[in-house]
Amino acid sequence: MLKQRTLSDIDIGGRAVVERLRIHGSMRRRMLDLGLVPGTAVECVGKSPSGDPKAFLIRGAVIAIRSEDSREIIVR
Amino acid sequence: MGLTAASTGAAAQDKGACLRRRTPEERIIAIAGNPNVGKSTLFNALTGMNQHTGNWAGKTVALAQGRYKGHIMVDLPGTYSLLPHSAEEEVARSFICLEKPDLCIVVCDAACLERSMNLVLQVTEICPRTIVCVNLMDEAKRKGIRIDLELLSYRLGVPVCGTSARDRKTLAALTATIDRSADKDLSPRRIQYTAPIETAVAVLEPVIKRELHLKQEARFLALRLLEGDAAIVEEAAKKAGASRLPEEVIQAAERGREMLAAEGLTADRLRDTLVSCIIRNAEDVCRGAVNYHSTDHLQRDRRADRILTSRAFGYPIMILLLLAVFWLTITGANYPSQLLSEGLFFLGDRLSELITAAGAPEWLRGIIVDGAYKVLAWVVSVMLPPMAIFFPMFTLLEDSGYLPRIAYNLDRPFKRCSACGKQALTMAMGFGCNAAGVVGCRIIDSRRERLIAMLTNSFVPCNGRFPTIISLISMFFIGAAGGLFGSVISALLLTSVILLGIGMTFVTSKLLSATILKGEPSSFTLELPPYRRPQFGKVIVRSMLDRTLFVLGRAAAVAAPAGIVIWLMANVTVDGATLLAHCTQFLDPFARLLGLDGVILMAFILGLPANEIVVPIIIMAYMAQGSITELDIAGMRELFVDNGWTWVTAACTILFSLMHWPCSTTILTVKKEAGGVKWAVISAVLPTFIGMAVCFVFAQLAGMFV
Repeated sequence: MLKQRTLSDIDIGGRAVVERLRIHGSMRRRMLDLGLVPGTAVECVGKSPSGDPKAFLIRGAVIAIRSEDSREIIVR
Repeated sequence: MGLTAASTGAAAQDKGACLRRRTPEERIIAIAGNPNVGKSTLFNALTGMNQHTGNWAGKTVALAQGRYKGHIMVDLPGTYSLLPHSAEEEVARSFICLEKPDLCIVVCDAACLERSMNLVLQVTEICPRTIVCVNLMDEAKRKGIRIDLELLSYRLGVPVCGTSARDRKTLAALTATIDRSADKDLSPRRIQYTAPIETAVAVLEPVIKRELHLKQEARFLALRLLEGDAAIVEEAAKKAGASRLPEEVIQAAERGREMLAAEGLTADRLRDTLVSCIIRNAEDVCRGAVNYHSTDHLQRDRRADRILTSRAFGYPIMILLLLAVFWLTITGANYPSQLLSEGLFFLGDRLSELITAAGAPEWLRGIIVDGAYKVLAWVVSVMLPPMAIFFPMFTLLEDSGYLPRIAYNLDRPFKRCSACGKQALTMAMGFGCNAAGVVGCRIIDSRRERLIAMLTNSFVPCNGRFPTIISLISMFFIGAAGGLFGSVISALLLTSVILLGIGMTFVTSKLLSATILKGEPSSFTLELPPYRRPQFGKVIVRSMLDRTLFVLGRAAAVAAPAGIVIWLMANVTVDGATLLAHCTQFLDPFARLLGLDGVILMAFILGLPANEIVVPIIIMAYMAQGSITELDIAGMRELFVDNGWTWVTAACTILFSLMHWPCSTTILTVKKEAGGVKWAVISAVLPTFIGMAVCFVFAQLAGMFV
């Protein structure tokens, strides 16, 4: 089976659309509050000096997300 | 970053919200909004209260209150939603739901209106009397975003005003709307959930209304009960006079949940569906009302970020900025400090003559002039100039939006220590005041990570310790090298000391998460707000008045009585020696092991209420007559050397100043914020133990080689 593409695979300048979230509990809620619901367009706009976290443009705001979390957001 | 009269020092301890209407006509107006949308700027503009505002997510940690045309205005902590994650978000929800403000103003960011709309819809669900304030219109305009306020207002069913809170002129429409809406009933748009949810709510809502005599918030509470969040409902029930949740409500909630489960909506699925519904509704509200005319409006910010957070320059720029701030502080403070010192000591001599001429006894003159006045003069002349330079510069960095980038840059190292990147922000607050830094830890979601941030906050030297470190550096490590060269070396050394403190923060964080605070780093999201040009004039005035004078006032309030106590200790003789001598002799053998002496250790102990007075105590103890005469750097060095100081003593004193018990206010704040004496004790013992260990090793090693 093909590995699913996740938000952490998107590099600077790359765009994607959220398909589903694999995380649960309060982090899921946090992501949803930021507007990361299925169908939301996301763009990676930067990386911190060590490459993680990355910054994503989500509904007009720039949000930094760590790779452990962005790995759980399936995109297409 | 609230380093203000209301957030530093003793006032940093949250007294909690206590609102009481003084007259029946008085209204309570709450200001809610996402973090970093200019909520506090707006609050200041409306209330005229000097509450400080900053440019990063989550800075309003306690509830600020002000008065607006005879009404009480409350600035709630920034929150993305009323389904809270962190302690401070919960404050916002509880306030709106339980305190029942008469009017809510929801401040939105014009540049990401859709997300703000989320919160608007949730607030109107509880409090129908709501005004939407679309702020940062100027910024949005520059980014090519057009917003149809009338269309928004029509769709939401509540008034919508556009403002640029930094420009007072744009507030007229808002104040007019507030005045008009204070008592008007509105029927805002209701969030439409999916059919199964609406059916379940229809079962539960009337029961809550009937049993708890609640009206507007019943729908919101019904939804919370359905998703299994009973805490807020129980609180609301208590507020409504019921001792606990009525059986009828519990049964109805059970029925509702069964109905939902039958539709496949288990707790997790239900939650997702609720949030998705809210977001869909927000999208519907904004559709066509928000128009983007250029898609590359974030280009400038991204170019800046590409440099400031890059692999090659990210860390060096941070260190250079730190260095620059310290260099400017040291250089700029040098001359005014000297001038102040000369002036104040001249006045002291005149005061002394005056008292003698008035025929007062010598001991009274001693207490007033040599005790209280001279310690006060020392604290003012040494502290005021660096603070007056440091605080505004810090505020400029804060205003510009650079601080969240520091947290972004440092998240990885903090994660390595199983801590949270936001700890970088609380650390930065610690530079101003450790107590404020500890309160600031509320922005961290996980309790474990919040405790780590609180316990390690005192490893960054607060403003009370800077002057001590700076003056010791210039006394013992700059020597004859004056001028530019000397000041650059001073700044370099000070930066190294700070970097050591930051290093110790990482080491201790790691240590804590490997021992008493075991756990994995939790997840982390941080908003990187747009860069904004700082408002220079306002920043300087505000940070001068609000921070500098306040912190100085606090120091002075401690310094004067401390001066009296020390003068008495140095002048009251028991068994042929002064009290001070007895104490310092007792401490001396132990202090020597740490590369200090009894006097220095005693000074740190007496400095518990405020670190600012450590050096004046040392000076006073060394002077035979037990008071300070006017001393420049060279004179102080001579005095210290005569009392057996070497560069090793100075280095150990600097190290100990960086790492010892925090001031009493900070310790009390930890007790309150962490909820336990245990944590307060650890916050004092941990840095002390580490400081003593470092000083011991340093002194012994230096003893071997020198």
